[in-house]
Amino acid sequence: MPAARFPIEASHILMFARSVGDDNPIYSDAEYAAGCEPGSIIAPPTFMQASAQFDPDYFLRPKIGQPWFGSGKEATGLPPKTETGESGGNEKKSSGPGGLHAEQHFEYHRHPKPGDVLSATAKQGKRWEKQGKRSGKLIFTESIVEYRDQNGELVVTARGVGVATERPVDQ
Amino acid sequence: MALKANDLTAGTTHSAVLVEDLKRTQIVQYAGASGDYNPIHTDELFAREAAGYPGVFAHGMLTMGMTGKMITDYVGDGRLTKFGVRFTNQVWPGDDLQSTATFADIEEVDGNKLANFEVTTVNQNGDVVLMGYAQARVD
Repeated sequence: MPAARFPIEASHILMFARSVGDDNPIYSDAEYAAGCEPGSIIAPPTFMQASAQFDPDYFLRPKIGQPWFGSGKEATGLPPKTETGESGGNEKKSSGPGGLHAEQHFEYHRHPKPGDVLSATAKQGKRWEKQGKRSGKLIFTESIVEYRDQNGELVVTARGVGVATERPVDQ
Repeated sequence: MALKANDLTAGTTHSAVLVEDLKRTQIVQYAGASGDYNPIHTDELFAREAAGYPGVFAHGMLTMGMTGKMITDYVGDGRLTKFGVRFTNQVWPGDDLQSTATFADIEEVDGNKLANFEVTTVNQNGDVVLMGYAQARVD
């Protein structure tokens, strides 16, 4: 489920810009930004990805009181598979739940800025399969997310393609 | 400072080093900012022993995010209209990444001049890790 309410906040933009190694003051300095063409701090190009923070069901974030599949005592926190007698922890899984990110596309109708409150709506796109040389059968799924602002105006359209691999990608 | 259409000719390129010796900590920093804590990116033990990879590797979106800086530093703040990529190889801790935008053409839409670029990011071995396009409004 995409984020029904994605408030664009200056401190989040600052942290996100730092994490991608972008020290452009347009992402952190309101005074500087006021003198630039956009006229205010704006979000960096890939910031919509951080809407995951506001998706209550996002499955790649540990949630309070729920099992998490990352390592603790064991390499994975997934419960053992009792039906087959195999341990989930020892099974060589392909790419972890959710698979790998194959493609990402953004179209900017305008650049979000602090104070905007966006809402995301997602629709399932195409689904296709391919035989991969380095990771067995590949299953691709596409999703299209529209981010609209507090006035209902379309701000960013995002199209992502995920891929589930049969086995880990050969190195 | 935005680009001028008159300064762009086919094959004009802009390159930048995105990162040298990518650190696991930066991958964790990206996980925290983006909200994507997938243990294949953040948990060495899980990545090796549960997922079967040599170790953790970077989010594709971290590479796209770093590539975005190369583009916006070139085209100017708030000028980007489209940005899309395919992730073609994984990016690992220790990698050096360099990215290049190559001007393709200009289209006019509603009185705006929109410049199209091909975008490629490579690692220290010359392997392409990301390829795609960007479009930006130019003067």
